[in-house]
Amino acid sequence: MIEFRAVTKRFDDGTVAVDNLDLSVAAGTITVFVGPSGCGKTTSLRMVNRMVEPSSGTILVDGVDVRGVNPAQLRRGIGYVIQQAGLFPHRTVLDNVATVPLLSGWTRRRARARAAELLELVGLPAELGARYPVQLSGGQQQRVGVARALAADPPVLLMDEPFSAVDPVVREGLQDELLRLQAELDKTIVFVTHDIDEAVKVGERVAVFRQGGRLVQYAGPDELLARPADDFVSSFVGRDRGYRRLSFVDGGGIEPAEVPTTRETALATAERAPDAWTLVLDEEDRPRGWLPPRSGPAEEAPGGGVRPGGSLYTRGTPLRGALDAALSSPSGLGVVVDEDGRYAGAVSAEEVLAAIRRRRDEAGAGAGGAA
Amino acid sequence: MLDDLSRYLGSESTRQLIVDQLVQHVELALLPLVVGVALAIPLGWLAQRHPLLRTSLLGVANVVYTVPSLAFFVVIPGVIGTQILAPVNVIAALSVYTAALLVRPVVDALDAVPGHVIAAATAMGYRPLRRFLAVELPLAVPVLTAGVRVASVSNISLASVGALLGIGGLGALFTSGFQTSYLPPIIVGIVLVLALALVVDLVLVGLRRLLTPWARAGGAR
Amino acid sequence: MTLSWLFDPAHWSGTDGIPVRLLQHLRYTLVAALAATAVAVPLGLFVGHTGRGGVLVVGGSNAMRALPTLGLVTFLFLVLGSGEVSALVALTVLAVPPVLAGTYAGIQDTDAGVVDAARGMGMTGWQRLWRVELPNALPLLLGGVRNAVLQVVATTAVAAYVGLGGLGRFLLDGLRAFDYPKMVAGAVLVAALAMVLDLLLALLQRAVVPRGLRLAARGRGRGPARVVERGRTEVAADAAMREGTE
Repeated sequence: MIEFRAVTKRFDDGTVAVDNLDLSVAAGTITVFVGPSGCGKTTSLRMVNRMVEPSSGTILVDGVDVRGVNPAQLRRGIGYVIQQAGLFPHRTVLDNVATVPLLSGWTRRRARARAAELLELVGLPAELGARYPVQLSGGQQQRVGVARALAADPPVLLMDEPFSAVDPVVREGLQDELLRLQAELDKTIVFVTHDIDEAVKVGERVAVFRQGGRLVQYAGPDELLARPADDFVSSFVGRDRGYRRLSFVDGGGIEPAEVPTTRETALATAERAPDAWTLVLDEEDRPRGWLPPRSGPAEEAPGGGVRPGGSLYTRGTPLRGALDAALSSPSGLGVVVDEDGRYAGAVSAEEVLAAIRRRRDEAGAGAGGAA
Repeated sequence: MLDDLSRYLGSESTRQLIVDQLVQHVELALLPLVVGVALAIPLGWLAQRHPLLRTSLLGVANVVYTVPSLAFFVVIPGVIGTQILAPVNVIAALSVYTAALLVRPVVDALDAVPGHVIAAATAMGYRPLRRFLAVELPLAVPVLTAGVRVASVSNISLASVGALLGIGGLGALFTSGFQTSYLPPIIVGIVLVLALALVVDLVLVGLRRLLTPWARAGGAR
Repeated sequence: MTLSWLFDPAHWSGTDGIPVRLLQHLRYTLVAALAATAVAVPLGLFVGHTGRGGVLVVGGSNAMRALPTLGLVTFLFLVLGSGEVSALVALTVLAVPPVLAGTYAGIQDTDAGVVDAARGMGMTGWQRLWRVELPNALPLLLGGVRNAVLQVVATTAVAAYVGLGGLGRFLLDGLRAFDYPKMVAGAVLVAALAMVLDLLLALLQRAVVPRGLRLAARGRGRGPARVVERGRTEVAADAAMREGTE
């Protein structure tokens, strides 16, 4: 557990970076510090491993005041990941990962063996170990950065905008990877970002900071989207927050309906239903697309008139996926699949909205204006 | 010491001599700066465009730069057929040094011009030469002036070596002081060389500011 | 003419023979370059690492770069008296700025994120300096040493004017005696020495600069030998040096 008690950081030029911060980060969770630039989120993070010293107040890691610990010693016990990874360009990937074990006095052989394990853990092939950082892609460098931070198996991990420098697709992959790792490792992670989408995706708890180093809201991501504490948070959280909040609304109440289906292999002889769209499935019941009703436009596209389908909604996942599936489908019906991707029914946007209404009625008050 | 100095500088003819030598020094050191820049820009432009020329030109520049000045002054007449003790030898040698020093910064600076800027200029219809003069060269000015500043300091210092071959400039104060075991001219010479280097440096900084108004607007140095 | 002078066996023996003069030149070069390195590298590391005293060192070093070699040599000769000591002092003084600039620029050039990561992982100041900053500074540091050696070789030739031995003797004695073949032969020998030493140092630089950094330099779209070349070192070092003063 990490605790900030009345922590203030005032720089020499008089600017207040962090203003009387009281906050505790629960063990084994990912806590995100988010806010615009100059809000003190990075400074707060860097005070945990004494990269920055507070002007007043106390920071405890597992009940121990960090100021009582030698900085170098303290930092070897806390993982640290930064933007651009900060890998040592003059050392191989394997030696980069082995850095902290070596600093802590491990033998070279043992440190390297440990480093090899970690490369595997973060999903990098072993042969990358012999390369130099410059020979890796941005995403790979960032993975190495995470592996390096985990090398000495520290209970606490500090991540300062770790994925900000990579492109959006790679970033999403890295975020998923982090969540997978965390499920396995159960670290106490403090994660700094300026990207609210990233914050609500990876954070179990999100602390929103504003300029002047003030903490304005500290809550779960669902709560943050549903009930922003003030106008600042509301505008920072941004447009579409009602829609995005559906990511946190359980989809258990959805009842998929049956629709006409046909096999991909039987397409040539398939009868088109008179007024309904027909869902095309492959041999393993996976959705392939939609066949328009006979009354509809009769243009003959390649593939015998089959239209590509929309996004798929996996049964039991949050409602955002269900709504998106319905809205993106040519038939207006979102295809519901089971965990193995097999057809399990279809759902209309109206049905999703009804499910949202039911949820809201159950909860009593205040789910933000969905759709 | 100070008495010596004031006695030395007290003479009208000495002062006139020093001024003459200063003027000659400026010519010996700064003419090559102009010639060197004029040589380095087209050479760098060529080198940046052709990989083969790049390797060979930069290689030659590198080797030229290793040749000690005194040796260079002496070898030049054999190469270009001038009189062995002519000032033009010093000017030619320093010009070559300057060009050799500047080719790389020019290439570096041109390399550093963002691809999207060049693409935009090309898309607007600039032909290569025009684009070079209107877009790439101005953007290269900061790096180029950094190189010119190094070259100017080096030239001003090296020009005094010419005195060993009887070629004037402030270096003559050092040889005459040494021959007569008399410190004042040497001190005056050193001070004037340092002062000249400083003044030229300030002028170059001013020139860069004048040529790159966008750098100031952006809050950069 | 010059060739026949160079290949005349008479010029290859005795106290004024080529081997003796060459060894003298090498000895001065080695002593001055080592002395300058011993002074400038620790100073450059300290200033670069701590950021303290930067303005002073940078300002002083810049002024020293403008010092005219001949002026300094004659000045020290008259002040310290004749002999090798005054010449060696002059040579060393002139070799300090390039090494200092190279070292300081090398440390400053180290990626800020890399240094931050090193701190964040719990490296002490010394560990950071030795394991991160110094290896990263090596290309520019050694570039500085190469510049210094060239400077010393050239200045040693100039110092023949005040009676120092070395290859410069042929050049100046030849000049005095209107013996042009001898003079040009001296020039050729000095130039050859400079080139050979520079080549050897380039090879050394290649051998000791970490592979990852060489690859990094290449990765930036530059030629393989990029890091080890001079113009860039000189200008980069100079720019870094000035940053503190402007």
